[in-house]
Amino acid sequence: MLTLQVNGAAHQVDVPDDMPLLWVLRDVMGLPGTKFGCGIGQCGACTVHVDGKAVRACSLPVSLVGNRPVTTIEGLADDQVAAAVTKAWLDIDVVQCGYCQPGQIMAAVALLKGNLHPSDDEIDQAMSGNICRCGTYRRIRAAIRNVAGVV
Amino acid sequence: MSDVAIDRAAGDRAVPGSEAGVAGGASQSLRHESAAMHVSGSAAYIDDMPEPKGLLHVVPGLSTRAHARIVSMDLEAVRAAPGVVRVLTAADIPGHNQVSPVGKNDEPLLASDIVSFHGQPIFAVVAETRGQGRRAARLARIVYEDLPAVLDIDQARAAGGALVWRALTMRRGDVDRGLAASPRLVSGRIVMGGQEHFYLEGQAALAQPGEEGEIRVWSSTQHPTETQHMVAHVLDRPSNLVTTEVRRMGGGFGGKETQANGPACLAALAAELTGRAAKMRLDRDDDMMMTGKRHDFAVDYTVGFDDDGRIGAVDMVLAARCGWSADLSGPVTDRALFHADNAYYYPDVRLRSEPLKTNTQSNTAYRGFGGPQGIVAAERVIEEIAFATGLDPLDVRLRNVYGTGTRDLTPYHMTVEDSIAAEIMTELAEGCAYRARRAAIRAGNEDSPHIRRGIALTPVKFGISFTATHYNQAGALVHVYTDGSVQVNHGGTEMGQGLHTKMVQIAMREFGLPADRVRITATTTGKVPNTSATAASSGADLNGMAVLDAVRRIRERLVTFAAGHWGVGEAEIHFRADGVHVGATVVPFGELTRAAYLARVSMSSSGFYKTPKISWNPDTGRGRPFFYFAYGAACAEVAVDLLTGEMRIERVDILHDAGQSLNPAIDIGQVEGAFVQGAGWLTTEELVWDENGRLRTHAPSTYKIPACSDRPGIFNVALLEHAPNREETIFRSKAVGEPPFVHGVAVLHAISDALASLDGYRSCPGLDAPATPEAILRAAERMRARAAARAGAASVA
Repeated sequence: MLTLQVNGAAHQVDVPDDMPLLWVLRDVMGLPGTKFGCGIGQCGACTVHVDGKAVRACSLPVSLVGNRPVTTIEGLADDQVAAAVTKAWLDIDVVQCGYCQPGQIMAAVALLKGNLHPSDDEIDQAMSGNICRCGTYRRIRAAIRNVAGVV
Repeated sequence: MSDVAIDRAAGDRAVPGSEAGVAGGASQSLRHESAAMHVSGSAAYIDDMPEPKGLLHVVPGLSTRAHARIVSMDLEAVRAAPGVVRVLTAADIPGHNQVSPVGKNDEPLLASDIVSFHGQPIFAVVAETRGQGRRAARLARIVYEDLPAVLDIDQARAAGGALVWRALTMRRGDVDRGLAASPRLVSGRIVMGGQEHFYLEGQAALAQPGEEGEIRVWSSTQHPTETQHMVAHVLDRPSNLVTTEVRRMGGGFGGKETQANGPACLAALAAELTGRAAKMRLDRDDDMMMTGKRHDFAVDYTVGFDDDGRIGAVDMVLAARCGWSADLSGPVTDRALFHADNAYYYPDVRLRSEPLKTNTQSNTAYRGFGGPQGIVAAERVIEEIAFATGLDPLDVRLRNVYGTGTRDLTPYHMTVEDSIAAEIMTELAEGCAYRARRAAIRAGNEDSPHIRRGIALTPVKFGISFTATHYNQAGALVHVYTDGSVQVNHGGTEMGQGLHTKMVQIAMREFGLPADRVRITATTTGKVPNTSATAASSGADLNGMAVLDAVRRIRERLVTFAAGHWGVGEAEIHFRADGVHVGATVVPFGELTRAAYLARVSMSSSGFYKTPKISWNPDTGRGRPFFYFAYGAACAEVAVDLLTGEMRIERVDILHDAGQSLNPAIDIGQVEGAFVQGAGWLTTEELVWDENGRLRTHAPSTYKIPACSDRPGIFNVALLEHAPNREETIFRSKAVGEPPFVHGVAVLHAISDALASLDGYRSCPGLDAPATPEAILRAAERMRARAAARAGAASVA
């Protein structure tokens, strides 16, 4: 039995040590906002925060999480930066199919919490691991820049 | 438009002549109907749905040979593995082991005797958990006897050129005479690779058995009706027992037009045989190994032209690697021919398709459906003429573009009545200073040994309608409830393109209602039957007219009722944003509907639409397959690093024709995204099979999809203004899903322009696609060798 700190609360989960965090969140804890994309940490759809940093939940064994707090898209609701990010996303119509967007937003929030005024290169560096097949990159970058102006 | 100044205000123009003018109604920008759910993570895709009690998981077992006879198949260890409930093989299928979408009977759901590609499903494990199913699937012992495999276009031709579908020839005039009469001739070949869809949500289906053979399938499908039919066929029951439903997909791009059928049928088969709900959600590797992709093509061309760059005759053979079964390869290769003229008039022309059978995944629909491949070939021909004559490629384009009333007949004998390609190219060239930048780039390249820049401006003309004429129909079902709230359903599916939003906007505009009074529901075969795939860019054109038909039928009944009830003329009743104007009084919409209910007025209606004017006869190669054309142009500037072969897109300007856009915000997003995907196809995305026919690029680690850092440094996208569709489409809009995919072609030509500098712009680089760094370096070496040979010849002389 493991204890996980997810979205501000402690949860007991009975899962194998090597189960990727993604499946603990989705299948065991019923938090489907974090998506499966590729399973090898290459597409970013499964991005969550562990201790405030963006990580790929599909390739992180749950036993390596320890006591560090985990935040998923469902746990962003009360956060000021996150609220600004989701508003910016809505204001300029970033989303098309939406499937990668929880991961994109988690990556963007992690970036902005560390650096409210990222340069274009810093945005590219932080976001390049998150594939959007609909090709919304122009708007993602613009939305991140817009957040810097309002928070 | 500056890169950061994306805002919705630019699209918030009221529609001239629009009666309702309700904010966010059709022809205005409105946020995607699921946007708030998307950004909060609460928008549910198939694998996010609450799982039914006792759900089982289905995992495929795949062929490890490209072409072989199955000598023996020992599945005992699979059956005995922990958690395994059942193993499905061809022998377990109660109905037909067949999922060919075109009635060719060449696509078994599960292979039984012969496997025809590496990755073909042979069996499926049904287990308590997905992990147990995956582990068990590896325990199968299958003995194969290899058969000769043909893996690509050249091998297929060498082996006799077996086809999966009839070849098509389009011909007009006398191409041999036309070529003989042309002052100049160029022949060549262009090879272009395929493309993996990489919809972020992979293939997924959930099946739940019901009463007396009923089965309900939630499937990530672009074609719920076909999925319904396939499930019924495989389970041997009438369609009325099968319901298929999809609320939204996490991307489709054509990859879920037919390829969703296999997972849906396997999940349904598992549910049928176990009596429990069953889900198949493919792992990414399995998805990429199993499912078809964009067709790769090799096009051989000969063009005759004069010194002014005017085309006299074109002869092309367009060969495609179709894979092991027909799937949609017939209409895909047909559409390549339909677009092998792009926007240009060919006086004498012969175009031939060669849909070749190979032992690889069965290539399928992918955004553009063969059209982009035909256009890439057409643009190579233009480029050849430009280098041969020394003309600016833009001038060659403008000299050959379709006219109006003259030089307006396509190779399939359809008259182009709406050509605006020349106007768009000219407007874009002026707006982005193409000619001045081209001159500056050429001058700058002379002093730049390692970084070379290039620029190109390419048009698109894209035919809108399914070429299978019967597909051009659509249905809708609209309910108005007594409180005045509205539910809209239609036959189209939502995959991110904003179709559902546009359908909501049509009802808003007609009823004068705000967005929160109109609800779109999941697409289901239980509400609208006999639908067509959401494909060919036609979702809004077809379903929009069907929704409008349903809404107007209800509105007419409400008008008749209101006129009698309040004693005014029908002409004095208008549905506006502040309510229903009944003579001098304004009645809230909900008040009207309550009164209409009490008076026993039906407030529910189906709607139907079929596209007028179209016809196509493949036997004669003649007809009017398209209701209209969508146009656009893109100008791309790139920088190529000659030491590494790396390339950066520095600037892109796009002017695109969406007619009177149904939703400018959504349409501009479609254009941006389509460009990124099109540029990816032609630059970074490379599919590689090994000599045994095994796909080696089956994950995003080895298959390079454009990332955030790959988008252009400057990226200006605008919709053509004041350009309503000349045909009577839904509020004079134009289809927008596929045509802008073609704008990526400008990048290929900009790279080619950069490479041409190595030989003083005197020869066509012959750059094939994808223009990966390796391909760029190879082309650069070729160009340097040409320049050296030229210098050597000059010094000898």
